[in-house]
Amino acid sequence: MSAIKHTIVALVEDRPGVLNRVASLFRRRGFNIESLAVGHSEIPGFSRMIIVVDGATTAVEQVRKQLDKLIEVIKVTDISEDNIVARELALIKVESSPSTRSEIMQITDIFRASILDVAPDSIVIEVTGDDDKVSSLVELLRGFGIIELARTGRIAMVRGTIGPLRKQGQGQSKRRSGR
Amino acid sequence: MRMNGAQMLCQSLVNEGVEVVFGYPGGAILPLYDVLPQYPQLRHILVRHEQGAAHAADGYARATGKAGICFATSGPGACNLVTGIASAHLDSSPVIAITAQVARHFIGKDAFQEIDITGITVPITKHNYLLTRAEDIANVLKEAFHIATTGRPGPVLIDIPRDVFTDEAAFAYPARVNLAGYCPTVQGHPLQIKKAARLINEAKRPAIIAGRGVIVSEAYEELKELAEKAQVPVITTLLGISCFPENHVLSFNMLGMHGMAYANLAVDAADLIIAIGMRFDDRATARVSGFAPHAQIIHIDIDPAEIGKNLKVSVPIVGDVKNVLRSLNKQIESRTHIDWIQQIEQWRHEHPSTAIRETEELLPQYVIRKIHEVTAGRAIIVTGVGQNQMWSAQHYWYDKPNSLISSGGLGTMGFELPAAIGAKVGLPDDCVWCIAGDGGFQMTVQELATAIQDDIAVKIAILNNGYLGMVRQWQELFYDRRYVATPLSGPDFIKLAEAYGLPALRVRSKAEVIPAIQKAMDHQGPFLIDFVVEPEENVYPMVVPGAAITEIIEAPGEKVEFGSKPRNISNL
Repeated sequence: MSAIKHTIVALVEDRPGVLNRVASLFRRRGFNIESLAVGHSEIPGFSRMIIVVDGATTAVEQVRKQLDKLIEVIKVTDISEDNIVARELALIKVESSPSTRSEIMQITDIFRASILDVAPDSIVIEVTGDDDKVSSLVELLRGFGIIELARTGRIAMVRGTIGPLRKQGQGQSKRRSGR
Repeated sequence: MRMNGAQMLCQSLVNEGVEVVFGYPGGAILPLYDVLPQYPQLRHILVRHEQGAAHAADGYARATGKAGICFATSGPGACNLVTGIASAHLDSSPVIAITAQVARHFIGKDAFQEIDITGITVPITKHNYLLTRAEDIANVLKEAFHIATTGRPGPVLIDIPRDVFTDEAAFAYPARVNLAGYCPTVQGHPLQIKKAARLINEAKRPAIIAGRGVIVSEAYEELKELAEKAQVPVITTLLGISCFPENHVLSFNMLGMHGMAYANLAVDAADLIIAIGMRFDDRATARVSGFAPHAQIIHIDIDPAEIGKNLKVSVPIVGDVKNVLRSLNKQIESRTHIDWIQQIEQWRHEHPSTAIRETEELLPQYVIRKIHEVTAGRAIIVTGVGQNQMWSAQHYWYDKPNSLISSGGLGTMGFELPAAIGAKVGLPDDCVWCIAGDGGFQMTVQELATAIQDDIAVKIAILNNGYLGMVRQWQELFYDRRYVATPLSGPDFIKLAEAYGLPALRVRSKAEVIPAIQKAMDHQGPFLIDFVVEPEENVYPMVVPGAAITEIIEAPGEKVEFGSKPRNISNL
């Protein structure tokens, strides 16, 4: 098992129960998920799941193969070795007072984050970036008192025109695993 | 053509060539049962408990290679299928379970007899469906049969709300399926096959470990060709038994926890393991670290996820066993490994694992050996789980392809009788013997009524030792003989059989064994024999859990009545 965090992309049919199948698989095989993000893909009727798995605790190749066995999973790719862009979004509600507000706003600026809401005693900040950037901001803000934190988990894709997942009909779908 | 959902379901089954359904009616599934008489092609066999329906469908599927079908109503009916579906799942058996669900507007309301059976069966099915529209029935059925029977087979469950059965829609059965996410790899990768051929051609001490994949793929001839051409000894897993004739000079029987000592030693000494359609289950490998320490491993399996799951292998080949072996055999050169085979033969003489000790007592092993004798090795053997299963695996010699049916993966006691019923329905011309323990038999004994009502002529041998024998054996060996909850009283099986309406005999002595078996065979219908056997007999050889495959406890050395079968290896 490798020490790196693996980013696994799965194109799945957009049907009731798919998330349950994926979650059930991870639970029963003891795979540890760092994060799982899911939303519509560019193809109507299909969703894309981005799953981050810790290679130190989980056999990533098994994750890929077991996911691939699910009928409603069209294609699974581990893009960790590829040149990828990866982003995460977080909403952070921080305690603020007139004396701390400007300092929080300065930190927000440095991180190119934005302020979504200002209340008399709190601020809601939105930040986008890779996991490290989001975590750094969270750590900096912790000193002011974080009231609520929501993170989306990583979404990612390979740079350049050739995506890891070709559209239906264009590719070999699951045959890639046929070794 | 317009039909209601129930008719569409039946018509789909007819289109798929289904001839028999094992089931149990109930409230939600009534609309389906109501139309069944319109489809006389579908023989319905009423079981006495839904678990029996799932096991019977499984037994039918394993015996015939076709999908086995079971019906159950919503809620408890569906829940009762679970053990049977899980058994089929672990052993890759194509069972299709049709369950009724409460009407759509009741779903999620905790209605009477509502249960989320698709949620429950996610981890134990290859795929499952909750149908919500009658117009989807034909497509889903087509998909279900395709998924269940192709690739690595497995159970599929289809849950259908009661009101979907009564909805009407146009029916057209699709000619083909279109599943973007399901495309099993059936041809092996040419480069990997080439690598495998090179390893086989270079090997000095090769050994084949063949599993149920050979049977599923019906690759009997291909396996034989490989073994004979490259002169490789063939060892099987429990579920691989009967994929290669055990009277063949290259057969060295089963490996594993209760495998033959010589098979285990051969695997340990081999310099090349050719693993075919098997998954390195812990009961087969014993302690996996240090398994086959001198060997490179070629692993052929249709399921890519099995490659590297339990064991790192040198050459993985994903594909259908029959296809892969056909390609592989073309690249194999004729070889002889006389010294290696003589070495294993030597181990076979030093460790006669199938020997039976001499005694006046009635030993369960003796019973199995005599069933083999009387049936001339031509029977289909369906076992329970535990000692009876291991003795059946060790002491019946399987020369006929696909003649052992047993719950290997899940290890389901109670599988034996309903699975034997299913097998007999699938293979009416074969002699089907159900080998049961007195424990497992009592778990699904109610299916005797099924065998009687539908005149299913299974022959039942109960190895009655008054204990949950395998558990007792573990208590004897690992818990200082503290027999907690393993002494087991049973009914008078003869009276019980009579109450159900089938003839039965009790056998207490060796002299009665053959006449009783003969009588059972001569009888037209189902027949039961209660063999009252030595109560504290143990299954040997045995590899203690956690030990290496070579750390074998063998039967205490006593005078042997039956040795291992002699063979002649001079004609190799």
